[in-house]
Amino acid sequence: MNDSAKTEPKLNYLNAGSTVKSWLFTVDHKRIGVMYLASIVGFFLVGAFAAALFRMELATAAPDVFSNDTYNKLFTMHGIIMVFFFLIPAVPGVLGNFLVPIMIGAKDVAFPRLNLASWYIYMVGGSLTLAAVLFGGIDTGWTFYTPYSSVYADSNVIMAGTGVFITGFSSILTGLNFIVTVHKMRAPGMRWMRLPLFIWAQYATSIINILGTPVLAITLLLVVFERGFGFGIFDPAKGGDPVLYQHLFWFYSHPAVYIMILPGFGVVSEVLACFSRKRIYGYEFVAFSSLAIAAIGFFVWGHHMFTSSQSEYAALIFSILSFLVGIPTSIKIFNWTATMYKGSIELTAPMIYTLGFIGLFMVGGLTGLFLATMAINVHLHDTYFVVAHFHYVMVGGMMMAWLSGMHFWWPKIFGKMYNAFWAKVGAVVIFFGFNFTFFPQFIAGYMGMPRRYHVYDVAYQPFQMLSTAGAFFMGAGLIICFATLAASLFKKENCGRNPWKATGLEWNQADSPPHPHNFDAPVVVDVEAYDYTDERIYQDA
Amino acid sequence: MSNATSDHDHAHKPYQQHHFDSMEQQTQSTLLGIWLFMAQEILFFGGLFAAYTIYRIMYPTAWAMGAATQNVWLGMFNTIVLIGSSLSIVLAVNAARHNQKWQVMKWFAITLLLGLVFFGVKSIEYRTKWDHGLVPGLHWDDAHALHTIQEHAGQVHGGEGAITELPKGIQIYYSLYFVMTGMHALHMVIGFGLAIWIMIKNARGCFNSEYYPHIEYFGLYWHFVDIVWIFLFPLLYLV
Repeated sequence: MNDSAKTEPKLNYLNAGSTVKSWLFTVDHKRIGVMYLASIVGFFLVGAFAAALFRMELATAAPDVFSNDTYNKLFTMHGIIMVFFFLIPAVPGVLGNFLVPIMIGAKDVAFPRLNLASWYIYMVGGSLTLAAVLFGGIDTGWTFYTPYSSVYADSNVIMAGTGVFITGFSSILTGLNFIVTVHKMRAPGMRWMRLPLFIWAQYATSIINILGTPVLAITLLLVVFERGFGFGIFDPAKGGDPVLYQHLFWFYSHPAVYIMILPGFGVVSEVLACFSRKRIYGYEFVAFSSLAIAAIGFFVWGHHMFTSSQSEYAALIFSILSFLVGIPTSIKIFNWTATMYKGSIELTAPMIYTLGFIGLFMVGGLTGLFLATMAINVHLHDTYFVVAHFHYVMVGGMMMAWLSGMHFWWPKIFGKMYNAFWAKVGAVVIFFGFNFTFFPQFIAGYMGMPRRYHVYDVAYQPFQMLSTAGAFFMGAGLIICFATLAASLFKKENCGRNPWKATGLEWNQADSPPHPHNFDAPVVVDVEAYDYTDERIYQDA
Repeated sequence: MSNATSDHDHAHKPYQQHHFDSMEQQTQSTLLGIWLFMAQEILFFGGLFAAYTIYRIMYPTAWAMGAATQNVWLGMFNTIVLIGSSLSIVLAVNAARHNQKWQVMKWFAITLLLGLVFFGVKSIEYRTKWDHGLVPGLHWDDAHALHTIQEHAGQVHGGEGAITELPKGIQIYYSLYFVMTGMHALHMVIGFGLAIWIMIKNARGCFNSEYYPHIEYFGLYWHFVDIVWIFLFPLLYLV
């Protein structure tokens, strides 16, 4: 086994066919995962480019690079692309597609053709939205609030809204596929309580996808009808109520925050257990806290609307419910910390990202509690404090988790190990760059700087300058990170089945890269999850 | 390595896709899949029903007068037609279970025919609303709308003189009417496409009494679309 471990497996999903057609018409969940990877990175770069542009504008208090209009279009484009085309599909689309069937010992997801269709739907929606940007842009903010998006819109709301509407079906179908796969396709012996926590996280995410996304779909459709035909559902002149739009929008979009972050929790659980060489502390609690977050997450949307004419009693209830989400979330954080206690910790690149995730996500989560407090919310609403808060959760949390997962499973996906040193450099630079960018925004926001203005009071300039400098620092980190990963693809040497000595079917029973049907022998599971005392994982490779 | 090729083992039934271990696993998976799809459909319409509930509470008068302009008899007729099509699709599923290929064809054709009747009636109703200037945004005419409402609602609200201006929110009522019935109709159109696809497969002999999931799941979908109408009819015409 030792010799063969360093050469490419003879037949694997990457060399099973090399024509363009063999990729575009594949139903192999692993290839679909790789196609998602390529397209998601593309959207990420577009979104990041928009951010780089408006951060330049924001460096000084005076208007110097862009007009009002262009500035509005840039931050809208950044928001829409990052939320709908990067954060939501990043982990489920790439890692979920690749790993869910392998982790449970199945040959593929339950509906492989539907899975391919999801990718096409994602691409169609994404292309439409990009086209909306190219044909003049959208300036409503990523939330499409009415009446900016209806009566007073002068931009491509219909096209962008339709794009997001279409992409929603890609999330719904992926969610449907994962739920059925986890229920019905587990290998013999893979009981629910033996599932990797990544699977639990994907499962909880899929439930939100199925129950939340259709509501966004119908809401956007109503906006499109209002803008296109002049229906008046949200138009006060006809008796409609714009606040209803906000309710319907946040009914999806707050749970969507958990669609983005829960898969990240799953990644972190895997990485942390591996590099602490311990079973996750309180496995059951971590697993069920994902479901608890998914459930409670549906009843907190009103905390986005404390200042939009909601009744005091409704606001009070929403505030209390929002605090409740803190409980399952902190259960996770405490259990992760307890997992590391007395573990033999190894600071590899994925582990550095994961540790960064825990620290940054905690800041994001705790400031979330500030914002859920009604009195403080009134002061901080729509300031940079909110911007900093959700970037700590989304970028500091989700993006770090995604990168952690990419570094962790990269050798499994492509069979190549990247340069460990440069990967760590990238991780550290991104961590510091991120904090330079967003920590100053907490202070600026607390002092009262509102979001979404490109010209502002000079008093805030030092913070904005720090922010801009940090953003370019972070950009440099991302370039190091992507370059290191890409460079590994040119290596000759194969990394072997289990370079990290990790538990789990993907490491112990599948090649790197895996066989087109995932396993070369039928899988039977006879161990508990994260059994790092199991001798077998140290024998191979 | 001798096991490497075993995933295409020859014990597989002809209808079983290779990534499933058994026919039972395949059947259960698709059944769970279709029910999850229904769940997301319910939430999709749920957004509309939520909007309906809120506006109905805000504008009870507009709702009463809007409903009064509807032709209850046409709505009732369409409800019966759709319930009939539910029956015919059940008979199609039953025929499939008994291996009666041409009976399946017959009941599918009847289902489609009933669907077309529904569309015919629906288009008469849409046409009338267009003529009366009752389509918000596209063809709205305040004077004509008021006249139509006076004519219809007069009987309900004690004499023609009682209504002198359009009630607030009346355009919301019609907006919701068109969006809700329109989304329902869209689902029927998708159903038509699916039905024709299944009929072609059936004609080619793709199904038999052991394997007819497409027919069964189409039945579920069609019932779902009918049930949506069962809610829409009283909400928009009667109450």
